Amino acid sequence: MMPKWIGKSNLLSEKNIVSLTSSISAILVGLLFGLVILLISNPSQAFAGFKTILFGGFTGGFKGVGQVLYFATPIIMTGLSVGFAFKTGLFNIGASGQFIVGAYAAVLVGVRLTSLPPSIHWIVALLAAAAAGGLWALLPGILKAYANVNEVIATIMMNYIGMYSVNYLVTRTVYDQLRNQSISTVAVLPKWGLTTLFPRSSVNGGFFIAVFMVIVVHILINKTTFGYELKACGFNREASRYAGINAKRNIVLSMVIAGALAGIGAGLLFLAGSGKHIEVVDILAVEGFNGIPVALLGMSSPIGILFAGLFIAYVTQGGFYLQLSNFVPEVIDIIIAAIIYFSAFALIFKNIMSKLIKGRKEQKQ
Amino acid sequence: MEYIIEMLGITKTFPGIIANDDITLQLRKGEIHALLGENGAGKSTLMSVLFGLYHPDKGTIRMNGQEVHIKDPNDANKLGIGMVHQHFKLVHNFTVIENIVLGVESTRHGFLSMENAKKKVMELSDRYNLKVDPDALISDITVGMQQRVEILKMLYRDNEVLIFDEPTAVLTPQEIEDLMQIMRGLTEEGKSILFITHKLKEIMAAADRCTVLRKGKYIGTVEVDAVTMEELSEMMVGRKVSFAVEKKALQPGQDIFEIRNLIVKSRHSQKNAVQNISFKLRRNEILCIAGIDGNGQSELVYALTGLQPVVSGQLILGGQDITHASIRQRNAGGIGHIPEDRHKHGLVLDFNLAENLVLKNYYLEDYQHQGFIKFDAVYQYADQLIQQFDIRSGQGAFTPARSMSGGNQQKAILAREIDGNPDVLIAVQPTRGLDVGAVEYIHGQLVDQRDAGKAVLLVSLELEEVMNLSDRILVIFEGELVAELDPKETTIQELGLYMAGSKRGKVQ
Repeated sequence: MMPKWIGKSNLLSEKNIVSLTSSISAILVGLLFGLVILLISNPSQAFAGFKTILFGGFTGGFKGVGQVLYFATPIIMTGLSVGFAFKTGLFNIGASGQFIVGAYAAVLVGVRLTSLPPSIHWIVALLAAAAAGGLWALLPGILKAYANVNEVIATIMMNYIGMYSVNYLVTRTVYDQLRNQSISTVAVLPKWGLTTLFPRSSVNGGFFIAVFMVIVVHILINKTTFGYELKACGFNREASRYAGINAKRNIVLSMVIAGALAGIGAGLLFLAGSGKHIEVVDILAVEGFNGIPVALLGMSSPIGILFAGLFIAYVTQGGFYLQLSNFVPEVIDIIIAAIIYFSAFALIFKNIMSKLIKGRKEQKQ
Repeated sequence: MEYIIEMLGITKTFPGIIANDDITLQLRKGEIHALLGENGAGKSTLMSVLFGLYHPDKGTIRMNGQEVHIKDPNDANKLGIGMVHQHFKLVHNFTVIENIVLGVESTRHGFLSMENAKKKVMELSDRYNLKVDPDALISDITVGMQQRVEILKMLYRDNEVLIFDEPTAVLTPQEIEDLMQIMRGLTEEGKSILFITHKLKEIMAAADRCTVLRKGKYIGTVEVDAVTMEELSEMMVGRKVSFAVEKKALQPGQDIFEIRNLIVKSRHSQKNAVQNISFKLRRNEILCIAGIDGNGQSELVYALTGLQPVVSGQLILGGQDITHASIRQRNAGGIGHIPEDRHKHGLVLDFNLAENLVLKNYYLEDYQHQGFIKFDAVYQYADQLIQQFDIRSGQGAFTPARSMSGGNQQKAILAREIDGNPDVLIAVQPTRGLDVGAVEYIHGQLVDQRDAGKAVLLVSLELEEVMNLSDRILVIFEGELVAELDPKETTIQELGLYMAGSKRGKVQ
């Protein structure tokens, strides 16, 4: 016989169904809004364009799917980062900064530490990315725990410090005037058969690592005493203090783990061997911010974040092909942004859904 | 007899529950009419209907024989119905007079003109013997005085029907006496009063008639002179309730927890909230710290349980110095704590019942293995406590704590703390806001703990509870212990004087 708590936590429980339906409703509203923008900007091409958004991810068949997985990988990780911190009641706006310092660490190890044994080069690079991301979140975590400095402000500031520091450090330590610097071929992530499945796409083993991290975080949050403590702190800091839980330590740890997750996301992108490189520009890493809607759409649940990341990568990929239907890139960005924006309203839909279900139940009685 | 307000056949349903089921309430002109019922009996809903906050599904409201429709509180005000809410609606950095005229200010050429208002307020204050200072700031006056400002607000608006929602909950015994006088004075001048309460003593003392509700249903209306307190409580609860706490005489045992020269900072200001307090807790004893809210009780408890650091002093638990021990060390070392605020400290409302029941022992080897929670063991343990302590909820161990009733939330905390088998159980206002049945149960459990050789430290603002439950009383006033009393040899009135600071005794 199955223990009965399994029955309560299975994927088809009422709570999960509410979450799922509300995320899907949010997506539908977002898509509808995208259609309206399409109609306004270019009525004659609107429906063709809408079709492109919906099915564009499959352009090129398996290659398209591979690209979607490739684009989904980093934002799944930043989504996990934001969602994980959120479980502890922390709003990690700093995934962007943690991402870029993670990227720098990965690239630095990938380019410079060529003396490492080839079999572990990529692993060391990835761990360096995780450590750098974690370190970048450590300070806001400490400030929050011990001085009650709002983590939103602290992490935003760390974003800029991270971006400019990396810009500076890249030119000093990686950049070479004479030739292109790319990461050593042994530091590139293994493909694990994905390129056979999705030929000519940039997908690689990083996607598997992201899925693996989703599972790890899921177990950490839901099955361990550590996760229990983190959630207790997130829901009610005072009560967890009363219960003897070390809330301060948990806040710091939660931030560090969130930062490490974002760092891994950067590692997976920059070690992909797809030609992605650090650009010295004054723009915050967009993958970091995309983690926020991914986490919201996924209701901060790791499994939800996996699918939310895939969805947003899919729509972005579809939007890429919109250019074929004579839409200017700016409009495409607006549409994609609108869809993502509305998708983030999933929480509102969740409340509506719970009320509807509750109302119906009560009517039945 | 002429009725000023008649609520006839009022039915109000919310999804899933019938809050008011065919309720009739008739208020005579010039009477004090009590509305009695347990929590959730439908008192507030009925008053909200009268005040225009809810619209009844069925039933009519008549005023002086004429049917009226009250769509919102403004309509109620126009009809002369006023209400003193349990939590006062006052602006703290305004003066008394500013609060009274707020919303009905008189102006001249667009500027405030307070002279007439002040004159009227002073007249009213004198007439009803309310003794308020119109120019004092609300933040500077006592709670009892604030309540009088609320009363003046109603009088200033020429209200004829005055609703008092649990008015005595925040008052000292002397203030309650005064309030009763004021209420009688108001009815003598022709005002009619609806008095919502679940305290039987006050009904017996003040009310002319009483309407009883139970679980949304109308039970009856009685002349207060014609019934006893026991009969009223039976009408309210539906069964006989014992008021006296059954307690056998016990010799206090050995000292278990010693507090030496404790000084603790206030949470609100730079002052010390606890000033040099020393006392000893003994086994087989319920020791009560009595005092009016805000005299340092909270800080004292926070210091004992580790939620707040001490400035100086020593805490010795069973021979061990725990002055600087962590909260977890204290929890594990034999201190149980039923906190004052069960939503802030006692429960994680977004956790389910089982997760809340293991809040203090999830980390023990019984419930986890190498960091992984043993859900089987956790839910088994929860089911056992649910049965043992009769915690009622919709989905058993899986019920979200948020959706449980106050009484059952408190039972869950009690179950967790008692099952932790502490030497010292600190219970802070353990029955606040609970109805008679739950109060009876919790009192019984505390006495059982005492009989089992535990030391119980009770912090309570309810004088009845203090007198009934404790073996020894320490009165706290402005952070100091001002008296040590034996409940068998003192009276509520005397206790009240100590609590208000107008009398001082000796503390050993």
